[in-house]
Amino acid sequence: MANLLLRHRDIPDLHKIDVYRKHGGYEALHKAITEMTPQGVIDVVRSSGLRGRGGAGFPTGVKWSFIPKGPGEKYVVINTDESETGTFKDRELSEKNPHQVIEGAIIAAYSIGAKTIYNYFRGEFMDAGYAMEEAIREAYAAGFLGKNILGSDFSCDFYCHYGAGAYICGEETALINSLQGELGQPWSKPPFPAVEGLYRRPTVVNNTETLANVPLILVNGADWYMSLGTDKSPGVKIVCMSGHVEKPGNYEVELGVTYRELLAMAGGMRDGKKFKALLPSGGSGPVITEKALDAPLTYEGLTPHGSVMGSASVIVMDETTDMVWAALKMLHFFKHESCGKCTPCREGTFWMEKLLHRIYEGHGTPQDVQTLESVANQIGGRTLCALGDFAINPVLSTIKHFPEEYRAKVQGSANGQVKAAARTAVA
Amino acid sequence: MSDLITLTIDGVEVSVAKGTRIADAAKRIGNDIPVFCHHPKLEPVGMCRMCLVEVGLPVRDRATGALLTNADGSPQLNFGRGLQTACTIQVSEGMVVRTATEPVLEARKSVIEFLLTSHPLDCPICDKGGECPLQNLTMAHGVGQSRMHFGDKLKLDKHVPLGDLIYLDRERCIQCARCIRFQEEVVDDPVIRFHNRGRSLEIVTLSDPGFDSVWSGNTTDICPVGALTTADFRFGARPWELTPVASICPHCPVGCNTTMSTRREAMANGRTVIKRIMPRQNEAVNEIWICDKGRFVHHFADHANRLTQPLIRQNGKLVETSWGEALDFVAGKLQIDAHMVAGLAGARLSNEDLFAFQRLFRDGLKSQNIDLAKRRLAGGDVAAQVGLSSGSNLKDLGKGDAILVVASDLHDEAPVWWLRVKQAAERGATLVVANARATRLDAFAAFSLHYEAGQALATVNQLVSMAKVETDTAVTNDIVSAAEALFKAENLVIFYGSEGLAYDETDALAKLLGNLLLIENGHKHAGRVNNGLVPVWPHNNTQGAWDMGVHPAYAPGYKPVKEAGLDATAVYAAVANGDLKALYIAGADPVGDGLMPDRGKLDFLVVQELFLTDTAVLADVVLPAQSWAEREGTFTTGERRVQRYYPAIPVVGQSRPDWQILAQIGERVGLGKPAFAASLTFKDVARIVPQYKGMDYRTLAQVEKQWPDVGGEDLYYGGNAYENRSGLGQQWPVTAEKSAVAHFDVPTVKTGRKDGLQMMWTAVLYAPGTLVDCSDVIAPRKAQPVAALHGTDAARLAVADGDWVEVMVNGTAVQVTVRVDDRAPVGLVLVAGVPWWPGTAVADLKKIVAAALAVN
Ligand SMILES: Cc1cc2nc3c(=O)[nH]c(=O)nc-3n(C[C@H](O)[C@H](O)[C@H](O)COP(=O)(O)O)c2cc1C
Ligand code: SF4
Ligand code: SF4
Ligand code: SF4
Ligand code: FES
Repeated sequence: MANLLLRHRDIPDLHKIDVYRKHGGYEALHKAITEMTPQGVIDVVRSSGLRGRGGAGFPTGVKWSFIPKGPGEKYVVINTDESETGTFKDRELSEKNPHQVIEGAIIAAYSIGAKTIYNYFRGEFMDAGYAMEEAIREAYAAGFLGKNILGSDFSCDFYCHYGAGAYICGEETALINSLQGELGQPWSKPPFPAVEGLYRRPTVVNNTETLANVPLILVNGADWYMSLGTDKSPGVKIVCMSGHVEKPGNYEVELGVTYRELLAMAGGMRDGKKFKALLPSGGSGPVITEKALDAPLTYEGLTPHGSVMGSASVIVMDETTDMVWAALKMLHFFKHESCGKCTPCREGTFWMEKLLHRIYEGHGTPQDVQTLESVANQIGGRTLCALGDFAINPVLSTIKHFPEEYRAKVQGSANGQVKAAARTAVA
Repeated sequence: MSDLITLTIDGVEVSVAKGTRIADAAKRIGNDIPVFCHHPKLEPVGMCRMCLVEVGLPVRDRATGALLTNADGSPQLNFGRGLQTACTIQVSEGMVVRTATEPVLEARKSVIEFLLTSHPLDCPICDKGGECPLQNLTMAHGVGQSRMHFGDKLKLDKHVPLGDLIYLDRERCIQCARCIRFQEEVVDDPVIRFHNRGRSLEIVTLSDPGFDSVWSGNTTDICPVGALTTADFRFGARPWELTPVASICPHCPVGCNTTMSTRREAMANGRTVIKRIMPRQNEAVNEIWICDKGRFVHHFADHANRLTQPLIRQNGKLVETSWGEALDFVAGKLQIDAHMVAGLAGARLSNEDLFAFQRLFRDGLKSQNIDLAKRRLAGGDVAAQVGLSSGSNLKDLGKGDAILVVASDLHDEAPVWWLRVKQAAERGATLVVANARATRLDAFAAFSLHYEAGQALATVNQLVSMAKVETDTAVTNDIVSAAEALFKAENLVIFYGSEGLAYDETDALAKLLGNLLLIENGHKHAGRVNNGLVPVWPHNNTQGAWDMGVHPAYAPGYKPVKEAGLDATAVYAAVANGDLKALYIAGADPVGDGLMPDRGKLDFLVVQELFLTDTAVLADVVLPAQSWAEREGTFTTGERRVQRYYPAIPVVGQSRPDWQILAQIGERVGLGKPAFAASLTFKDVARIVPQYKGMDYRTLAQVEKQWPDVGGEDLYYGGNAYENRSGLGQQWPVTAEKSAVAHFDVPTVKTGRKDGLQMMWTAVLYAPGTLVDCSDVIAPRKAQPVAALHGTDAARLAVADGDWVEVMVNGTAVQVTVRVDDRAPVGLVLVAGVPWWPGTAVADLKKIVAAALAVN
C-alpha cells in the first residue's frame, strides 16, 4: 500500500502547495467547509476510530466533541514538541508533508469553532518549523488561512512557536503554560484543556501525526479508515525504528503489524547480532523481550506483556547491550527532564539516578537494587503528570526482565557492601 | 441549602458547600489530611502530593442513571485507579474518602521521605524549627530514618537575598510554590518565580529592587519550611522562646490584627523585646495578611532615642525633671482664660488617650479649642450616620455589588483594604475608581474616572446625580456607565480619601457620597449590612479621635457643642498672631510636619511624645509617653471596629500612658482622681459615647471559631501567631441602621485654585517620618522625595529624569528628584516623600544646578 502520511516519499516536492493540491490536497478542507457542518466533521472523525498518536491514544473525535459549543475564543494547538527519545515522525511530517498537517489542523479548528491555531515546535526543530512556516505562507496566499476561508464566514490564523528545549513541554498542559510564556510545568487535571486550556479557554491539543490523518478521513470516509488496521486500533501509524537495526527510520504501517515484522522492515538486526530487547515507546514505556515480538502494534497489543505502544518509537537493542546501562541512560534523561513540580518525580528521579549510577559503576549493593525498586514504586501512580510513571518504566522493566544483569553488577563490587554500610551510618 | 454536598470521610458524614476541596472538608470534621502545597487562601495546585487519599464515587447504571447498590444494600463505589490529591478534588454527593488506609499511610511516608532526601535538616538553627509544618508532618508521618546516602544529598546556597527584606535558603525550600502563588494570586505582585527545572528548581526574584512588594513578609508566614526568612527576624530567636502578645497595627486605618512575638534578651540587658510581628487571624479585618510596614516598622517602640523622663525648660534648656514637678507646672500654666488655651492631638493615640484629652480640655479647662494636629480628612460625622454598617465584611462583596473608591490610593494608604477591594473586584464586584491620577487599583476597576485636578467634587456630583435615576442608555461614557453600575448594585461600599483635596472639599465629598448611599432605588444602601461609607483616614485611629470628640465642634459621640472652638488651622494662626497663650500637643509634630513654623507668640507649649520631635525641642515641658507596645488600649478602624491591643514590652524609662498623663493633669485642674487602668477609662468611654455602649475590655476580647482554620491544632497552617485568642473587636452601628437619616446639605466649596501646572501630594507607604526612620530593615525602601510628571510637562519645563528641582511645600523649599513618568496626568505633578499639604498647589518647579544641591 502506498504511504498515506509519508506521501512525500512517493511524491516529490509535496511540501509545495501546488504539488500538494495536484494530489488532492485541501479537498478535505473544501469538503468540510462547503458541505459539512462542524458537528458533521466531528462525527466523521469520531466514527473513523482515529486515536491520538501522541502517546495517550485518546479518541480524537471524542476529544473535539468535549469543546463546549457557543461563542468565545477556542484554540487548536498542534503538539510538535516531539522530545521522546527515539521519536522523529512529527519532524519528518512537518518538514516534508506540512500541508497535510496544516489542512488537518484547519479542519479541526473549523469543527470546534477555533479562530486560531498554534503549532508548538520542539525548540531544536528549526528546519521543520521553517518548512512549515513556508507552507503556512502558501496556505494564506491560497486562501486556506486568514479571513473568510473559501468564501465562508470561517476565518482562521496559524502561528508557530518554538519551545526552549524541554521534554515536559510535550505534555499538553505544560505545553500550554509554555505557550503562554510561563514556566513549562503541567497543571493538575482537571481542568482539562478542552474546558480550560490556552488562556483559560477551551483548547484542543493534538499531535502532529494525529492531525495528518484527518484530511484522509474526510476525503475517504470513516468506513474506509476503519477498514485499515485492526478493529480496535484502526488506521495507519508511523513507527520510528532506531537502535541496533540495519535501516533505522520512519515506517508507515497499518496498525496490527507485529513487532517482529517491524524489525524485518527495518532490515533486521544490525551486523547480524542477536536481538535482546526493545523499548516500544521511546524511553517512556517498559522494555519488551523476544517473547513479546509477535504482539501486534496496537493500542492494546502490549498490555499482556506489561508495556504500551505509546508513540511507537521503537528502540531496538542487541545482545551487546548492557541493560543496566540502558536503564541508566533513560533514567538520566527523565531526571534531567523532570519539571520539578511534584515531589515524587523531582526527588525520586534524582535519588534513583544516584542509586542506579552507583550500581552501574559497580559500587552498588543488592540493597541498593531493592531501594531502587522501592523508590520507583513510591513514584509510580503518585505524580502529577505521567512523566513520573514514564521515568520508572525502563528501570522496573529491566530489573524484571534482566535481574541477572543487576545481580552481576552488585556482586562485581567486592567491597560495595562495606562502602555502602559506612555511608548509611553517616546518613 | 441546596448548595450543600454530603460526603463521607473515614466513615464520618459531613456536609459542605459545593466547590469545597476534600482537604478543606476533612478539616471541618477535625480530620487533618496532611498538606504542604495546599493553602486555604490559595488556588489548589496538587503538586507536593502529600495529601493523597482514596476517593470513591458512587456507581450509576449507565442506562438509567440510578445508583447501584451492593448485595447488602450499601452503594457501589468506584475507587478509581489509585490515590488522588485531596487538595484539588472537589467534593461530590455520595463521595467516600478514605484517609487512613495502608496505601494512604504508605504514600504519606514516602512523600515525607522524598522531601527529606534533599532537605538539610538544619532544624537546630532554623527560624521555623518548632513551628514548622515539615517538622510536624515528619514527626507524624515520617519513617525517622533515611535510606538516602548522606553523600548523595544536594548542597545549595543557604543565604540568598531575594531583596532587602526576605532571604531564601535554597536547601530548605520544598518547592511548594505557596510564596509564588501568594504573590501572584493574592496580591498581584508576581515578582518572584520558579527558575529552571527538576532538582534545580529555585525561587528567583524578577524585580529591581529584589522582591519589590509591600506584601513580601507574608510569604515567610505561609512558607511551610524555614526557606524564607525576614531580614528582621532571621536567626533572632527560636519560636518556643517567644511569647505571643496580641496587638493591633498602629500604622493605618485598616487596623490589622497582629501578634507580637516577644522574648527577654541578654543583648537588651534582660529586657523583653519585640522579635517579630506577624498577622493574627481576623477574617473581618485582615484575614491572615499584613503589609510589610505593619510587620517591620516597630523598632521605634524600643528605640534608643525614646524620651524616658519629663523635661522642663530652665535657662533656655530642656532639663530632666520629676513627674510631680512637671505635672504641677503644666496644670498651673494651662489654667488661664479658656479662650487662650488649645490642644492638638495626633491620631495615633488610643481611644482612652483621646477621650482623656478632650475631657481635660472640655471638662477641666472649659475650652473647646481642641482638634487633630493634622486636619486632612473630614466626614467622621457623616460616617457616623451612613458609615459601613456593623456586621459588614469586605469578604462578602462580590457579583452584583459595587465598590467606589474616590481620591485615595488604597495600595499605599491602607494596603489591606486595597487587597480586599481588589479581591472583591476579582469575585465580580463592580469597582469604580475616581481620582486625579491612575493608581494600582485601576487595573481591577470596571471604570476608572480620572478627573482634572480641582474637578473632584464636580465629577462625583455628576456621578451621584446620575446614579439617582436609571440612566439613558443611549449616551454612554464612563461616568454614565459607572453611575448605572452603582445604581444597580445590590450592595455598595464607598471609600474616600483626601488626595488632592482641601479639608473643606473632603467635607463636601463625604456628604455627597453620603447622599449617594441614601438614594432610594428600590432599596437604599445606608444602614444595610455590607453597605456604607469608609473614610480612608490618614492615621490608624483618626476614627477614634472623631468618636472621642477630638474636634472643635463635636463632643464625644458626635454631640455638637454649643459654641465650636478653634480648629487646627485657626490654632496655628492664633499661635502666630498671639491670640493663644498656651498650647498642648499630644502625639503630634506640627513643626516637623511643616504645619506650624515655630512656637510663634505662645507663652507656654507642652508636648507629650515618644521622641524629642521638632515640636518638642521648642516646648517648655516635654512629657514622655508610652508607645502602643508598652501598654494596653483600643483603636477604632476606619470600618469602625473597636479593637484591643495588649502590652508586649516593659515600659521605657519613666514614660506613662497618654491617658494617664492627661488624667493626672486633669486631677490637678479639678477633675478628680484619675482612673488607674486603661480599662476603666474605657468604661467611661462606653458610658459617655453612645456608640460604644455595651463595650468593655471583655466584650472586645471575645473570639469565635474562624474559617479557614489556621493557627489551630493542625500541623500545617500553624505557628504561634495566627490564632486569635484575644479578640475580634466590635463594630459600632451607624445611625442609618436604626433610624432614618436625612440627606446631607452639601456645602459649596470655593477652592481658590490658581491656574497653571498643578502639583499634588501623594501617599507612599514607607514615607519618611519618626516611625519609619527608626526601622533599619525598611531603610532601603524608604520613599525618597520625588516629583513625577508627564513627559509633555517635563519637556515644557526642560527637566529630565533624575534632575533635582525645588518645590514649595507649606511655604518651605524642598528638593526633590524628577521622575518622568507618563502615568502622571498631563498638567499635574505628583509629589511624594515630602510633608503633606492639603489640596493641590501651583507647581513652581525650580531646577537646581548640582552645586546648589543641599547635602542630604
Ligand atoms: C511527559 C509527557 C511528554 C509528552 N510529550 C509529547 C510530545 O512530545 N508530543 C505529543 O504529541 N504528545 C506528547 N505527550 C502527550 C500529550 O500530553 C497529549 O496527550 C497529546 O499531545 C494529545 O494529542 P493526541 O491526542 O493527538 O495524541 C506527552 C505527555 C507527557 C506526559
Ligand atoms: S511528574 Fe515530574 S514532570 Fe510531571 S509534574 Fe511531576 S515533577 Fe513535573
Ligand atoms: S520558599 Fe517556601 S513557600 Fe516558597 S516554594 Fe519554597 S518552601 Fe514553598
Ligand atoms: S494594612 Fe495598615 S493596618 Fe494593616 S499592617 Fe499595613 S499598615 Fe498596618
Ligand atoms: S498535593 Fe495536595 S497538599 Fe500538595
